[in-house]
Amino acid sequence: MKPTKTTDTPQEVISVRHLWAGYDGETVLEDVNLSVERLDFIGLVGPNGGGKTTLFKVLLGLLPPTRGEVRIMGQSVAAGRRHIGYVPQIVEFDRDFPISVWDVARMGRLRERRLLQRYTAEDDEIVADALRRVDMFALRDRPIGELSGGQRQRVYVARALTAQPEILLLDEPVASVDPRVSTSIYELLTRLNEQITIMMVSHDMSAISSHVKSVGCLNRRLFYHGEKQLTPEMIEMAYQCPIDLIAHGVPHRVFGEHTTQEVQP
Amino acid sequence: MIEALQFGFMRNALMAGVLVSVACGVIGTFIVVKRIVFISGGIAHAAYGGIGLGYYLGVNPVLGAIFFSMAAALGMGLVQRKTRQRADTVIGVMWAIGMAIGIIFVDLTEGYKADLMSYLFGSILAVPSSDLLIMLVLDLVIILLVILFYKELLAISFDEVFATVENVPVNALYLTLMCMVALTVVMMMRVVGLIMVIAMLTMPAAISGQFVKDMKKMMVLASILGVIFTTTGLWLSYFLNLTSGATIILVSGAAYLVNSLRDAPEWIGGRR
Repeated sequence: MKPTKTTDTPQEVISVRHLWAGYDGETVLEDVNLSVERLDFIGLVGPNGGGKTTLFKVLLGLLPPTRGEVRIMGQSVAAGRRHIGYVPQIVEFDRDFPISVWDVARMGRLRERRLLQRYTAEDDEIVADALRRVDMFALRDRPIGELSGGQRQRVYVARALTAQPEILLLDEPVASVDPRVSTSIYELLTRLNEQITIMMVSHDMSAISSHVKSVGCLNRRLFYHGEKQLTPEMIEMAYQCPIDLIAHGVPHRVFGEHTTQEVQP
Repeated sequence: MIEALQFGFMRNALMAGVLVSVACGVIGTFIVVKRIVFISGGIAHAAYGGIGLGYYLGVNPVLGAIFFSMAAALGMGLVQRKTRQRADTVIGVMWAIGMAIGIIFVDLTEGYKADLMSYLFGSILAVPSSDLLIMLVLDLVIILLVILFYKELLAISFDEVFATVENVPVNALYLTLMCMVALTVVMMMRVVGLIMVIAMLTMPAAISGQFVKDMKKMMVLASILGVIFTTTGLWLSYFLNLTSGATIILVSGAAYLVNSLRDAPEWIGGRR
């Protein structure tokens, strides 16, 4: 299924070394190390306030790190972020905002069409293609406020795709949709992952670990070693609380057989 | 009606209403969708400081108002962007300080202060032809800027964070938008007065947004509504011998309230 990895593209698309970051002197991320390789599909879970969104802000160049180094496609964040497609968490949304699905998706072309440049026919093709990939082309003229939560999430994915990214970052992509819709969004992401590296954060660890290729925990520190499943040790270290509090109601795939593997913080 | 048009002041007033409505519809749409109504009110009231300064220095108060409203727009815009919290407090403070400066400068000015009230409450019937030309130029500047930067302005209105990631110069465009708000405020000062500017900026755009779901169309419809409101208000004030600015606002306000009722809960007569 996967296209063969070519040798001329760097295998490591994101490299984070000894990253510290925070706001107004308050540290949110401590000594985070992360290496993302091409066509990875990583899910990071962690408690609210654990620094999931902060990590994304650093990767997107919205928040300068206090310490450490971040490289994207071997470049600085400022240069490398043009390879990133970003799907933000929908926290509050103005249903009355006068904008169509098409116009939202086309915003991903802004990085190519700079000030005083007009969108081109090529842009239209790219936007149409992105909307088809997320099954939203038929609704392209709808105002965004008339869509359901799942449909809106698909439009935001399309907007990220129109930037033709190597890497897709998704912040809580299924936080505001029902389970049936979230399954279809995960299926969409799995399809996209054939060509695009994906990293997503979520507080919903049951869903995340049954769809991604590898999982990690983020709570100030990152516990990620490319494992396919969350280990009790990782969760305990990340959440710093007994596992049974979290294991409640979690489906079978979250915890594999208990391994004795040592996990270093 | 026709006989009223024989008066030059009436023709000028109608023209002023149309010219102001265009800027109002375009900029008002941004103010409504971007939720910067409070900042716009601050800019309008701070402009009074410029009126006072103009009187004190003996220059055209409109020039002073342009200077003060621009400074307020940039100051408030920067506060909004750069401080994490309490931006509304700082904006409220600048709002009051601007007005207070105006009042003190007027106190310090010797002699009779002609038409001072007209800046506060509007005097559309006293708009000279030279002002019409200024309004036309400001309209053209605003429309040109919005056309040139439309895709970026739409992006920063809808999702600033995403626009930043897309390398759109968000701060520069936001401050440009603030300056356009300031220019619109100065234009409207003549028609409805500083105190009521905020209502005229928001009501046509808010009504328009209930009918169309595209920002360009929203601007056009808001401008058309503005023309209808100012013209209707002007005729009413002429025949009933009422203050024109206040009549225009009440006409707009009545339309706004009637339109809002469509979405009101059933127990007060809404549709749902």
